Amino acid sequence: MSKGSPISPALLAARPAPPAAPARDAAPVRDTAQVAPAGAVRGPNTVVAPTPMLGSAAIVRSLEELGVDDVFGLPGGAILPTYDPLLASTKLRHILVRHEQGAGHAAQGYAMVTGRPGVCIVTSGPGATNLVTALADAHMDSVPMVAITGQVSSAFIGSDAFQEADIVGITMPITKHSYLVTDARDIPRVLAEAFHIATTGRPGPVLVDIAKDAQQAHMSFSWPPKIELPGYRPVLRGHAKQVREAARLIAEAQRPVLYVGGGCLKAHASAELLELAELVGAPVVTTLMARGVFPDSHEQHVGMPGMHGSVSAVTALQQSDLLITLGARFDDRVTGVLSSFAPHAKVIHADIDPAEISKNRLADVPIVGSVKEIIPELTGAVRSAFDTQGRPDISAWWKTISRLQATYPVGFTQPEDGLSAPQQVIKRIGELTGPEGVFVSGVGQHQMWAAQFIQYERPHSWLNSGGLGTMGYSVPAAMGAKVGDPDRVVWAIDGDGCFQMTNQELATCVINNIPIKVAVINNSSLGMVRQWQTLFYEGRYSNTDLNTGHDTRRVPDFVKLADAYGCVGLRCERDEDIDATIQQALAINDRPVVIDFVVSRDSMVWPMVPSGVSNDLIQIARGMTPTWEEED
Amino acid sequence: MARHTLSVLVEDVPGVLTRVASLFARRAFNINSLAVGPTEVAGMSRITVVVEAEGDLLEQVTKQLNKLVNVLKIVELTTEQSVQRDHVLIKVRADAATRLQVTQAADLFRASVVDVAIDSLIIEATGTAEKLAALLSVLEPFGVREIVQSGTLAIGRGAKSMSDRALRSA
Repeated sequence: MSKGSPISPALLAARPAPPAAPARDAAPVRDTAQVAPAGAVRGPNTVVAPTPMLGSAAIVRSLEELGVDDVFGLPGGAILPTYDPLLASTKLRHILVRHEQGAGHAAQGYAMVTGRPGVCIVTSGPGATNLVTALADAHMDSVPMVAITGQVSSAFIGSDAFQEADIVGITMPITKHSYLVTDARDIPRVLAEAFHIATTGRPGPVLVDIAKDAQQAHMSFSWPPKIELPGYRPVLRGHAKQVREAARLIAEAQRPVLYVGGGCLKAHASAELLELAELVGAPVVTTLMARGVFPDSHEQHVGMPGMHGSVSAVTALQQSDLLITLGARFDDRVTGVLSSFAPHAKVIHADIDPAEISKNRLADVPIVGSVKEIIPELTGAVRSAFDTQGRPDISAWWKTISRLQATYPVGFTQPEDGLSAPQQVIKRIGELTGPEGVFVSGVGQHQMWAAQFIQYERPHSWLNSGGLGTMGYSVPAAMGAKVGDPDRVVWAIDGDGCFQMTNQELATCVINNIPIKVAVINNSSLGMVRQWQTLFYEGRYSNTDLNTGHDTRRVPDFVKLADAYGCVGLRCERDEDIDATIQQALAINDRPVVIDFVVSRDSMVWPMVPSGVSNDLIQIARGMTPTWEEED
Repeated sequence: MARHTLSVLVEDVPGVLTRVASLFARRAFNINSLAVGPTEVAGMSRITVVVEAEGDLLEQVTKQLNKLVNVLKIVELTTEQSVQRDHVLIKVRADAATRLQVTQAADLFRASVVDVAIDSLIIEATGTAEKLAALLSVLEPFGVREIVQSGTLAIGRGAKSMSDRALRSA
């Protein structure tokens, strides 16, 4: 039976104004399984009898049937037909961005906090190419999103027509899958498939490029369509024999570590992870993409591994004899020089993507499947292995780790120039906001400090561009996060460089009542590049000075810029004002707040494993490497 | 580096060849030959790729190929367990004086003459890469004007059908 009538222009006049930030019926249930069975169409699967409509209306209707509430986009010639029925939709809230990259990152932020696919709609040519960075970002960080791009009419495709770009060709290596639709009849099926592919298996971005004539053509719409993807069969359940073998290794390990990656977050497996971790009793490290999936306050959590990881986390991996790898991918920023990474460790590697297993580090026990399914089975297998083999004594291992934690906590020194320490600002933002907030960073020093100095207690509270390292991610992603989870405080923790790449979305936030809070950690420079110039280029600061901070011309003046956009603009230049400024920002909820935190440019991110050396050579400060006392 | 023959069953949709080929390009694999054509199942095509690659790198690319939504199945075909054939058309100089020698050479390789002109012949031959290389070296002295060669075609020996198995697991 059809629900609702086909969209008619008459509805336009009667359409009630959409609420600025619609409240959700109930708080979304956190971290429940979202694993759809193979071939399932997302959404309520309402049966819609064949109804004549235009392709453009079918796009809007399909999105509605797929359960989409919010879309981010910007219209243009080739997508114009679709924007007409979009105006009439009472179910879709379209948020008009100021740049298509913003739509892409907003869709990512939305997906990261809700676990549901983010959706963006843009036009052909430059509209589509402006999405490329966001698609690449989502691809690297496995973020479920569907991008709909207009394409020139099929008769013009390939003729260098106005605003034509072969976006399917351009994005082939950076999307999970892509479609070019030239027949209106394909629209419902293709969109259902796109959502299915984006959200199942290893999540990722799917692009649907729809020719203008397909949008304008008449077709018969019915729902649900039949998904036909014979070549797409993600494996969810781990192989039982491999799981038992993993349990056997765990029961024998003297120095096990749980190496936890973003896959656990994407699989909504934090509860399962906690149970396994507490049963095994091993140290847990959470990668940059996994911060929050295991509570920082838990006594088994020993920090973030990698280039700017804690000494305890990096060393735990290096000295381990068994890596229990769950949804992580041995990224070069985690392993350092691969051949010297965790040299004594056997590797259990559970991942939903078979191509990740043994890609960088050979797995002794590969387990392909969703960690949501694998972890509980592993927990059961470990329990029975402990019953038969006995529990290994890992107290000596914990002694080593605890000593490292006590000796080398992540900390920072007060800058000598009298300006605030950026770490202090970020730390206080985390402490005053609390673990229920959402923290979205840009890329660079402030990103690492936000990963190090904010205490994450729950999944989906930390968003950043990990794989691609996209400067400019923060403001639009925070916007998307706030739309997806409007009841939470959402902080964009940004750098002065990053902020200048995408801050035009403040206009979107103000107009659409999306009250995010932006902390610009303003060190007046491209800080991470400057740090490398300090360390590796003898302090030759080539093109890293941005002139936004203390004792500069302040171009732009971030407070005035905030004001121009209709945000509240605040500036904090002294340590004693940090708390009051953050409190002031937390008290404002009717519009976005931008705080210009003027901080020292000489603060550096420590610890650091310099690029191209072993993780054993981690430095806690310039030229200072911890002294190791290996137990055996 | 070893030579590997991969048979890739794909859905017959636009762009699928680009998707497959670009995965090899990204890892800088040299594709020795590539052949694409329809199969006995409607909507299903088969790509035969011959590449030079180290084993673990090849495994990585195979896994990446498997991730492509339009790829249905991939098998590596060894020379022992499969029949592998190349197809070549060779335009060779042949006038009244040499024509007989050239056609005799072709006969020895069970190749056939498919076009005759006053001063040239076109020879069509099918066989393993080694056999075709041998034919070519025999024809070389007469003057090879032009060669066009297909990619290697490969099919597993025995009764089993690759597309059957792909459909069953679907």
